[in-house]
Amino acid sequence: MKLVSQKREKSLDVQQMIADKKKKGLGRKAEKIVPVLLFITAAVSVLTTIGIVFTLIFETVEFFRRVSFLEYITGTEWLPFAGDPSYGVLPLVIGTLKVTGIAIIVAVPLGLAVAIYLSEFASDKVRRLIKPILEVLAGVPTIVYGFFALTFVTPMLQKVFPSLEIFNALSPGIIIGIMILPTIASLSEDALSSVPNAMREGAFGLGSTKFEVALKVVLPAALSGVLASIVLAMSRAIGETMIVSLAGGSTPLFNFDVEGSIQTMTAYIVQVSTGDAGYGTTIYYSIYAVGFTLFIFTLMMNLIAGWISKKFREEY
Amino acid sequence: MVQAIVQEQQQAKKKMQVLKNKQRENVYETNQLNLWYGNNHALKDINLNIQENNVTAIIGPSGCGKSTYLKTLNRMVELVPGVRTTGEINYRQHNILDKGYSVEELRTKVGMVFQKPNPFPKSIYDNIAYGPRIHGIKNKKVLDQIVEQSLRGAAIWDEVKDRLHDNAYGLSGGQQQRVCIARCLAIEPDVILMDEPTSALDPISTLKVEELVQELKENYSIIIVTHNMQQAARISDKTAFFLNGEVIEFDTTDKIFSNPTDKRTEDYVSGRFG
Amino acid sequence: MAYINHEVVERQMTKRRVKNTVFKNIFLGATLLALLALVILLYRMITQGAGYVSFDFLQNFSSRFPEKAGVFAGLVGSLAMLAVVAPVSLLLGVGAAIYLEEYAKKSKLTTFIQMNISNLAGVPSIVFGLLGLTIFVRMLGMGKSILAAGLTMSLLILPVIIVAAQEAIRSVPGSLREASYGMGATKWQTIRKVVLPAAIPGVLTGSILALSRAIGETAPLVVIGIPVIVQFLPAGVLSEFTALPMLIFDWAKRPQEEFQYVAAAGILVLMVLLIFMNSIAVFIRNKFQNRY
Repeated sequence: MKLVSQKREKSLDVQQMIADKKKKGLGRKAEKIVPVLLFITAAVSVLTTIGIVFTLIFETVEFFRRVSFLEYITGTEWLPFAGDPSYGVLPLVIGTLKVTGIAIIVAVPLGLAVAIYLSEFASDKVRRLIKPILEVLAGVPTIVYGFFALTFVTPMLQKVFPSLEIFNALSPGIIIGIMILPTIASLSEDALSSVPNAMREGAFGLGSTKFEVALKVVLPAALSGVLASIVLAMSRAIGETMIVSLAGGSTPLFNFDVEGSIQTMTAYIVQVSTGDAGYGTTIYYSIYAVGFTLFIFTLMMNLIAGWISKKFREEY
Repeated sequence: MVQAIVQEQQQAKKKMQVLKNKQRENVYETNQLNLWYGNNHALKDINLNIQENNVTAIIGPSGCGKSTYLKTLNRMVELVPGVRTTGEINYRQHNILDKGYSVEELRTKVGMVFQKPNPFPKSIYDNIAYGPRIHGIKNKKVLDQIVEQSLRGAAIWDEVKDRLHDNAYGLSGGQQQRVCIARCLAIEPDVILMDEPTSALDPISTLKVEELVQELKENYSIIIVTHNMQQAARISDKTAFFLNGEVIEFDTTDKIFSNPTDKRTEDYVSGRFG
Repeated sequence: MAYINHEVVERQMTKRRVKNTVFKNIFLGATLLALLALVILLYRMITQGAGYVSFDFLQNFSSRFPEKAGVFAGLVGSLAMLAVVAPVSLLLGVGAAIYLEEYAKKSKLTTFIQMNISNLAGVPSIVFGLLGLTIFVRMLGMGKSILAAGLTMSLLILPVIIVAAQEAIRSVPGSLREASYGMGATKWQTIRKVVLPAAIPGVLTGSILALSRAIGETAPLVVIGIPVIVQFLPAGVLSEFTALPMLIFDWAKRPQEEFQYVAAAGILVLMVLLIFMNSIAVFIRNKFQNRY
């Protein structure tokens, strides 16, 4: 077939038409205004951070006008509703750490095992099936997890540990572990699968088994990504609210018991919010002080995670 | 009757002769063009005049600056961060490197066809109408006319006229590239820049595009960068040989390929390096 | 002299192979355990709640009596809140993503904004509640309204939407932008007519997932003080309301065992809503996958 490009008919002069339209000055202003508008939308995220920090600092300062800072960070009694209230934050911090610790003990081995399985052992088909299911697990609202912990996990655990109270650290800890498992699994899997195949082939070529390659070659190479995923998951566990509010109880105690009722920082904020502490009372301001403490904890975790993945980023 | 036809033929021949002899104006005059990517001096003292209604081929080994030069002609090179230029490129007597020169206006006059076919993920019709639309032409009837005219111009009308509203991604690579050429024709540019337009195509599609280039040069000035020396020899009137960011030789294609002045040109066209 | 005793290697090989198989199965077991947790969770909710989900349950307001309690106000309230969250978070999120991907130069400010976004994503939702309480409810005087809750939720999911939109925009091939610029299109024309249409499926998928998170979030609503006992439907964005997760939270805390079933039924309604939203996201993702 011979191609014949038909000649330009002069019935239409597109360039002339374009020139005519240009004279009307179309859209010149948009080019100037749009970037400014878009910059403003990007600035909203910065404003949000400023808003959070400002809000927390502002109300926390008011709290420390009434309560000594030293008492707050060193006190081992948190009794805001007592006739003679005391505001030592350590019981709340301990409560948070107990739950977080249990969650990490559950989530790290399981999450890593899932990540290694998906990245090193599973076939493409299995991976494509399991990853969306893990996403579903990550998408379950925390209120649902909390209800599950309270009405299913706690009774089950009570059969094993008869001394376990209705509200305890163990059950919400385990469930938070399940909740953060997809975070660890999916981020670690990303880190593991970004290790170049050449490294695996090198080890296979020397007669290594898959398990040896995974444990001795791939995991060390992806360690920073794996660590970062664990720290991020920890930060999520610390900030988790509804699971501990429903299943953890509201007894801030300074001990390391996991069978009895506890209270975390987040659960305290919920307790006050659902109660009738009036605006302007010390109790009202205390939720900002606790919120600020929580914010600092999670911010540090996030910064550490960012630092790990930047500092130890392997150059493949 | 027969006489009339003969006379007509003679007149046509004469007309062609006149066209050929007519002094062709320069579309582009490049004076002392230098270009840097960061610290990398990519184009060095380029001086090149390109005539209208011609096919000008730019050849040279990879990294010689030929694509960079082409992209400077419609200032697409500015999309790369950290580019600096000195010197001037006059397009129809206006220096396009002037700060005040509107790139959008320049690119309305100077169309471009890229290495890989890059149709938008829209229908064939919307692809062709894209250019006219962004320049404010909204009238449905006019657009219909432009679309048909452009697709005919790119010799692909007959192949796609029944599926104008299908996604352009459903076409073969060669057809996609001709749709891209049609898209470029839709704004009736003065110059068409082609950056290795057949490098991603199979031999048959390549042949079709080459034939098309031959047809198009009657109405457009075409500048084509190519890796393929046979292609340059087949379709171009003039050829520039680039090496290490410099123009080594610029002459008629016949001269470049049969009797080059510079030893390096001879080595390259005879396939001794590159 | 042979450094490697092949007999020993051979003998160890069997051990290593066994170890490999054992661990492979341990890893597989862990994966199945995670999936099992999900199955048990869903099974529990369905067996506990299904008996309570009825037409009346969907139509009734909350009540002191478990048999009369319903999710109507919460369902309407959650959807009304979504009607605020969706436009606000999409507009801000996509706008910010376009700015960062297409306009922002590599500068300290850009790096700062980007870092700020990733840190904001790590802030616990309850802290956003405190922000909403101070700024929207009190300072701007919006009260415990749909608007106050909606804006708080929008800020909460903003980082997720920005990141999803950035990825979608980044995955639009540069060759399409070049083609558009090559025809004399301006930057904004190129973004509006080429980049955004190509990025929209990715943006939508990520955004719907983020929106479904906003529907399920409880903590910020608790802190803002969204009431539970609401016997009317919201009249406008400034009207007080209740939300589905708030009702579930309230029911779950009640001492009467009957209310546990009501809570489970509420969870079922919430999960159906979420599954519906997620399947839209999955549908969009599958439909528009691998187009380039």
